[in-house]
Amino acid sequence: MQRHAARLAQPLQSYRSFGTVGTKTSLVQSDPLTASGTVYGGIHTVTLIPGDGVGLEMATSVKTIFRAAGVPIEWEQFDLTGYTDSKDDTLVRQAMDSIRKNKVALKGLLYTPTNRLGHVSWNGMVRKELDVYASTTLIQNLPGSWPVRHKNVNFAIIRENTEGEYSGKEHEPVPGIVESLKVSTHAKTERIAKYAFDFALKNKRNKVTIIHKANIMKLGDGLFLRTCREVGKRYESFGIKTEDMIVDNASMQLVSKPHQFDVIVCGNLYGNILSNVGAALVGGPGIIPGANIGRDFAVFEPGCRHVGKDIMGTNMANPTGMILSSVHLLRHIGLSDHADRISKAVTKVIKKGNVLTPDVGGTNTTTDFTLAVIGELD
Amino acid sequence: MLRSIKPLVAMKPAFARTFSDGAFTSDGKHIVTMIPGDGIGPEISHSVKRIFAANNVPIEWEDVDVTPFLKNGVTTIPDEARDSVNKNKVALKGPLATPIGKGHVSMNLTLRRTFDLYANVRPCKSIVGYKTPFDNVDTVLIRENTEGEYSGIEHEVVPGVVQSIKLITEDACRRVNEYAFNYARSIGRPTVTVVHKANIQKLSDGLFVSIAREIAKDYPDIKLNEALLDSVCLHVVQNPTDYSNTVMVMPNLYGDILSDLGAGLIGGLGLTPSGNIGRKASIFEAVHGTAPDIAGKDLSNPTALLLSSVMMLRHMKLDQHATEIETAVLNTIAQGEALTGDLGGKSTNTQFTDAVIKNLSA
Repeated sequence: MQRHAARLAQPLQSYRSFGTVGTKTSLVQSDPLTASGTVYGGIHTVTLIPGDGVGLEMATSVKTIFRAAGVPIEWEQFDLTGYTDSKDDTLVRQAMDSIRKNKVALKGLLYTPTNRLGHVSWNGMVRKELDVYASTTLIQNLPGSWPVRHKNVNFAIIRENTEGEYSGKEHEPVPGIVESLKVSTHAKTERIAKYAFDFALKNKRNKVTIIHKANIMKLGDGLFLRTCREVGKRYESFGIKTEDMIVDNASMQLVSKPHQFDVIVCGNLYGNILSNVGAALVGGPGIIPGANIGRDFAVFEPGCRHVGKDIMGTNMANPTGMILSSVHLLRHIGLSDHADRISKAVTKVIKKGNVLTPDVGGTNTTTDFTLAVIGELD
Repeated sequence: MLRSIKPLVAMKPAFARTFSDGAFTSDGKHIVTMIPGDGIGPEISHSVKRIFAANNVPIEWEDVDVTPFLKNGVTTIPDEARDSVNKNKVALKGPLATPIGKGHVSMNLTLRRTFDLYANVRPCKSIVGYKTPFDNVDTVLIRENTEGEYSGIEHEVVPGVVQSIKLITEDACRRVNEYAFNYARSIGRPTVTVVHKANIQKLSDGLFVSIAREIAKDYPDIKLNEALLDSVCLHVVQNPTDYSNTVMVMPNLYGDILSDLGAGLIGGLGLTPSGNIGRKASIFEAVHGTAPDIAGKDLSNPTALLLSSVMMLRHMKLDQHATEIETAVLNTIAQGEALTGDLGGKSTNTQFTDAVIKNLSA
């Protein structure tokens, strides 16, 4: 009863802030009143999958900060690992059931073996089965002092998460000949395009660039390009410009003139490449927040997806990307005050610059950074 | 004061098969097919010819036109052009415009298929005199040129659902990986890095990687590294110097994107050479576009085609000439006095070419 009244009291167009440091970026389809599946006594239950590599260290950082800030979140944690020879995905499925119940999750990256006898990507499985189709990665210079190749970079990559090159459908008709299928559908392309243009609209951005290789993949990427252009036409009257760029040219432009990009919409593989290139421009994967949004669920994970096995257990990982992703989670479920506090604290630590992890030129540990953020909480 | 500029591409051919075959004139000069191309193509090829003449390179050019026609629905280049390249075994090519019209596939694809050009070699080295945010880039990338995502096999299963097929075959993997290891050996790079996404595409990229591993056994002096595409994209932009002592090898699409990414690091396609190696012939080319807006105005920059021609000279074992011309071109850019518009200068193509010729005799 109370909830219903509260819903009526909410303004119809509520601006949910996705962005943290400086920008207020709004997620599309983010309604705080329905975003959280399990809320009892004001405490939200959120699924947590720390993942492999540096995942546990970063998840611990987030949990510590949340506890210190008094965030009303209870974690339902699943310590999955991709480092297994077994193809048994029971635990992953349990985690997914939890996400279906809680509707919101925070996750690190799970390792996927490269040999053909190994299991499929469980990251991909989570994204596909929960249909969190829109991956949003924000590539933006933070107000830190570390050296970057380009300043004032600020663009978002909206990447289709559930089809394309990552369909996982391959076969070997005869030995030595392999076919891998890239599936493109009008339906999924249209919805990712809508997401991208809505994102642009909500965040007062001006331009959406469609990334494709339709000159070579005339049917597949041709479909993508055409569909996105069609959707773009409907947003013309709102002042959103549509343009398109071939993916190899886009990569080249990204490293030489990144300021021309505002919102990028692309398929799965191109999004992977561009998010990595983008991350490299502003300081590395440690500072990039991400979100995977679907109609019913939202899974927040670092925007530049690396397991980080080489620095696992060394307490050197940069938790910024994970913390910022968790801030977006907070905004998504309506805990914007907590989100603002934590985001401000992170900004202060980065601006001060005397407690930074090695990836951005500092000598401090993950724990140091976490404590510094807690220290700046007001 | 001229600094000594290190050679851009020390491409000593490991497969020396094709250079001593080929055609020769009665006075012992190599005959090389020249495909001037469209747009700015004729102007920049003319510059190359002038510079080669000034350096007394023992080459005679055979100009051909590759404007295609449809033969039984297949885009085909004129017989004369095809025969010339097959005879001479080496060609230099300017930028080509893909004909617009029903049924035509891209010109580059047509040439690749006609001459079975299976490996695309793309070195990217920072050019002194043209500053970019990335210093000391020195990457070499070998891209499988014939299959993969660019096999062109697509169909619409039902309306609104398209399947594009990425084809990976053992033969093609073997050829390109062998070339990569040989090439690494010949230019003295101790490692080969195979770039893949075999965690997601276990069968296709998995095959590519497993063939690389097999071939690595025959080259005990070269170490094989395996790297995920995501990692490479990240690291080559964060720290391109990490890739200075490796030769990267990868399937078609990744190669396409990463090679242009590399070009972006050093200043664009106007400065990037490219070589396409085939069993029957090899074609060295400028990978930039035809620039129709400046065509015919003497404003184009011939650097890319010149550097590709240097790669070609090394392929033909004319190393002395290669080094002289390359040094002259790089010195001209480093001096900064005769730069064309795309490099921030105001000179014409002719003036730039004159400056290079002057540096040849310096």
